[in-house]
Amino acid sequence: MRLGAGTFAACCVAIEVLGIAVFLRGFFPAPVRSSAGTEHGAEPPAPEPSAGASSNWTTLPPPLFGKVVIVLIDALRDDFVFGSKGVKFMPYTTYLVEKGASHSFVAEAKPPTVTMPRIKALMTGSLPGFVDVLRNLNSPALLEDSVIRQAKAAGKRIIFYGDETWVKLFPKHFVEYDGTTSFFVSDYTEVDNNVTRHLDKVLKRGDWDMLILHYLGLDHIGHISGPSSPLIGRKLSEMDSVLMKIHTSLLSKEREVALPSLLVLCGDHGMSETGSHGASSMEEVNTPLILISSAFERKPGDVRHPTRVQQTDVAATLAIALGLPIPKDSVGSLLFPVVEGKPMREQLRFLHLNTVQLSKLLQENVPSYEKDPGFEQFKMSERLHGNWIRLYLEEKQSEVLLNLGSKVLRQYLDALKTLSLSLSTQVAQYDMYSMMVGTVVVLEVLTLLLLSVPQALHRKAELEVPLSSPGFSLLFYLVILVLSAIHVIVCTSAESSCYFCGLSWLAAGGVMVLASALLCVIVSVLTNVLVGGKPRRKNPVHPSSRWSELDLLILLGTVGHVLSLGASSFVEEEHQTWYFLVNTLCLALSQETYRNYFLGDDSEPQCGLHVEQGLDGVATAWQGGPGCDVLERGKGHGSPPPSEVLHGSEKWMVLASPWLILACCRLLRSLNQTGVQWAHRPDLGHWLTSSDHKAELSVLAAVSLLVVFVLVQRGCSPVSKAALALGLLGVYCYRAAIGSVRFPWQQDSKDISKGITEARFVYVFVLGILFTGTKDLLKAQVVPADFRIKTVGLWEIHSGLVLLAALLFRPHNLPVLAFSLLIQTLMTKFIWRPLRHDAAEVTVMHYWFGQAFFYFQGNSNNIATVDISAGFVGLDTYVEIPAVFLTAFGTYAGPLLWASHLVHFLSSETHSSSALSHACFCYAMICSIPVSTYIVLVTSLRYHLFIWSVFSPKLLYEGMHLLITAAVCVFFTAMDQTRLTQS
Amino acid sequence: MKDTDIKRLLYTHLLCIFSIILSVFIPSLCLENFSLLETHLTWLCTCSGFVTAVNLVLYLVVKPNASSKRSSLSHKVTRFLKCCIYFLMSCFSFHVIFVLYGAPLIELALETFLFAVILSTFTTVPCLCLLGPNLKAWLRVFSRNGVTSIWENSLQITTISSFVGAWLGALPIPLDWERPWQVWPISCTLGATFGYVAGLVISPLWIYWNRKQLTYKNN
Repeated sequence: MRLGAGTFAACCVAIEVLGIAVFLRGFFPAPVRSSAGTEHGAEPPAPEPSAGASSNWTTLPPPLFGKVVIVLIDALRDDFVFGSKGVKFMPYTTYLVEKGASHSFVAEAKPPTVTMPRIKALMTGSLPGFVDVLRNLNSPALLEDSVIRQAKAAGKRIIFYGDETWVKLFPKHFVEYDGTTSFFVSDYTEVDNNVTRHLDKVLKRGDWDMLILHYLGLDHIGHISGPSSPLIGRKLSEMDSVLMKIHTSLLSKEREVALPSLLVLCGDHGMSETGSHGASSMEEVNTPLILISSAFERKPGDVRHPTRVQQTDVAATLAIALGLPIPKDSVGSLLFPVVEGKPMREQLRFLHLNTVQLSKLLQENVPSYEKDPGFEQFKMSERLHGNWIRLYLEEKQSEVLLNLGSKVLRQYLDALKTLSLSLSTQVAQYDMYSMMVGTVVVLEVLTLLLLSVPQALHRKAELEVPLSSPGFSLLFYLVILVLSAIHVIVCTSAESSCYFCGLSWLAAGGVMVLASALLCVIVSVLTNVLVGGKPRRKNPVHPSSRWSELDLLILLGTVGHVLSLGASSFVEEEHQTWYFLVNTLCLALSQETYRNYFLGDDSEPQCGLHVEQGLDGVATAWQGGPGCDVLERGKGHGSPPPSEVLHGSEKWMVLASPWLILACCRLLRSLNQTGVQWAHRPDLGHWLTSSDHKAELSVLAAVSLLVVFVLVQRGCSPVSKAALALGLLGVYCYRAAIGSVRFPWQQDSKDISKGITEARFVYVFVLGILFTGTKDLLKAQVVPADFRIKTVGLWEIHSGLVLLAALLFRPHNLPVLAFSLLIQTLMTKFIWRPLRHDAAEVTVMHYWFGQAFFYFQGNSNNIATVDISAGFVGLDTYVEIPAVFLTAFGTYAGPLLWASHLVHFLSSETHSSSALSHACFCYAMICSIPVSTYIVLVTSLRYHLFIWSVFSPKLLYEGMHLLITAAVCVFFTAMDQTRLTQS
Repeated sequence: MKDTDIKRLLYTHLLCIFSIILSVFIPSLCLENFSLLETHLTWLCTCSGFVTAVNLVLYLVVKPNASSKRSSLSHKVTRFLKCCIYFLMSCFSFHVIFVLYGAPLIELALETFLFAVILSTFTTVPCLCLLGPNLKAWLRVFSRNGVTSIWENSLQITTISSFVGAWLGALPIPLDWERPWQVWPISCTLGATFGYVAGLVISPLWIYWNRKQLTYKNN
């Protein structure tokens, strides 16, 4: 089947979107969530079960402990306490573990073993997935139910000292707090002294119910010098003395109050042998958990070995200990030794509460929950419990009752274990099978794209896609067979849930057919290339296809950018990469212009990219560049050497324009500081948005809108010119209405409205302009002779998008729009047109500038920088579909505007029929290379320390970008089709 | 072209490298607590001074382009002044380029300027020594087939490698390793220096390797 390069590329990107979707679904497993919102949290606790006779105990059991102190030591590995190090450096703790009134456990943390998710796991009892980050898009605060939230609701006074992550997660929950930052890893003494200095005062006061201390020093030492460093011993001794101080103080206070107090020592995650954490090795996963209280009194000779439990069990235990409802999303089970000393009835009551909560969670998350063994056990133990209660109420204390009770107890504990296990296997694991399927599809498409480069960039821009080559049908069916066999094996043996297995057979089969068809196509294309490659090499298509510096830069830049995605810092600071590349591109262009105008030879100097820099200042002194001579780089379109000689001012504009563009980029760069490392630096955007500088902001916005109008109107028809002017005026009115800018006659903005009318007024013009543009395009279809109509139509669509962007951009970002149009105009007039770059180069340059403008807008690879306010422009309430569309457009306005400019430029400037297909193909390829490499990188880095904070948001951005690219490619192809039908 | 020429080129280059090494060690003898990273600006000044001095001495001693006619003192003085102006202009234009590349505009201006100075030392000073303040000659040397001697050829290579070194030196700045050499502009100056040294080493070897293919118009 013969396909145009553009259509082919669009199909490829569409398939890639499918692959990425499957990959993302596997990478971000759906979390186990209680469907009941946290808002209406006052659900009555489950009453005690009873068979026949009614029980009177329907309220929550009273708290077991009066005060709870949690000492969380970051990166405390289990052998630091229970191993030889503990014996040596933590004598007091070792004494408590071995002989004192305590229970000790080894708590297993689930990967990612990073502080923030671990704190969530400890306090909510759930296993945090990345989707949580998405759920609370803008605020880092924890929205789920947690022990802290329940304690606050119950009126407990909580005090916190330590890592400020807690303060961000639980804002306004602490009556008193002091956050220390974990930013300076090299500091491991100050950071802990800042916690300890409060201790004496707080312990003496005793006006609190819960005290949480989070010590960071140990983790910092681990990062600096690893777990075998001598600093570790000193730090452990310090921690031991802190623990002793707290414990003795609690014991001395205990005499005055009725209830005993509880001291919890735990770690959030361990430490690998190199001192880092994040992955799932035994050293990183195992943390000590020690519960100390005078209630846990033991007789001499009672040896308690640390048992293995889950970290999520802490939340349920703390809730029971404080007499609070168990957090709704908790998948943990109560640590039974804590309640062991209580009367049998209370013990059973606690266990019942926990099982009810877990089984409710199971019901909401697993469709076939009735078949779950845990649920069956729960039902049975509940029945037994009811019988026991009846007996208990009838006849008081007896031996039989006790025996029966302990039987019920065992039943409950089994049920708890099974329930907790089946819930936690729902999450916390990457669904590798779905990820692999997605990756395979994406990589196959990428290979296909790469293999068809020579054909697609050929003059005809058409390629043979052997869709129905019968020679490969055997291979095709074999591959399908193998894939389905794998599918059956994986799905029947998988112990965890798998999205791809959950799909219906038809959908899964479709994906498998697609994957094997792609494989066959690749094989046949590959054989074609290998067999047919040799004769073509003898008479080369491009006789003068030497790589210019520009091509080299484009290639190196693309490869460098793709490689940089493997480093977390480069992902965080990706804007720097793009700014750097765009600047270098401008210098390379400037070098090319100088070479054309001064040297006048078609040979290329070997000098690097910067050589002409030094000449900039002195260029005016140099007289004597005889006209221009264009490089013979008309690969696709054999363009004749231009006879026109640029003279006078135009020539100087050509020479100066790269420098103008560089200056524009520098200005835009200081408009929005983005990224992580330098995000706190003062920037123009913050200066402008502060309320003192409203006048400046108004002037700037007005000037930018004026510039936008001047630059856009020249290509429009008179009707859309008027519409554009009114629309831009409406944009200013909208911003004035919502109070971010003001009119000169308006002194004090008292009435701030939502600006619904103004925004809708602008929407009308946006739609009008887009409609006019579409009408022109359709007209061009009917009247093939008039070439200009189509150009005008495309420009109108471009200007409609510009108007929409102007409406959605915040006022301080309007200069970004103005500068983007200015740079586009400069590039078109003085760079691309005179220098005759071919379609592929122009496409890549558009893509680079689009990426740079994405970051100039203030975006970053962090979810928090998405400007959600764009989704509410002109809408009364939150309506999902328009809000999502507007937010996506506002975020990706930079790349989209550059892409629409590319379409217009190529169809108006070049006279070659294949330019648009080439451009579409290049655009698809240059977008899909980073995405496909990135998913492979992310798969291999899935246990990286920053997987949740850095790599996952970037993955989402990449997925979204690919979707946008697919839309752009479809638009390209549509434009290309109209051209095909014309000719 | 004879092998002796290449040997002379090699020796001069070794001298240049030696001067850079000296610029690291000599100040530590005279000054207290001098170190390459902490008192980076001092090192930049000394390195720039050393390299310029060595280049001037080599120019006077070796005289690679011996064709220069005898000329009057005033001509020499104007020539020297012109060279100074060119050097300053190149420093300023480099500074402008660094700012365009994202260097802070106001803070660290001295650091940025000294980076411009050292990059000019590695690139403009050899050009001025070899070609004089003659833009036409510069353009000729840096166009594709314009070199007329091994000296110009090596000039081309060292200049390009200095630029590439400085460019590559900017890459580690965003990494979060928190090393002292990641501070602006240290990594770039070090990159430029390494690039220059690499160019000095590579160019004689490259010329020696390709001595059969290289033909110069005038020789």
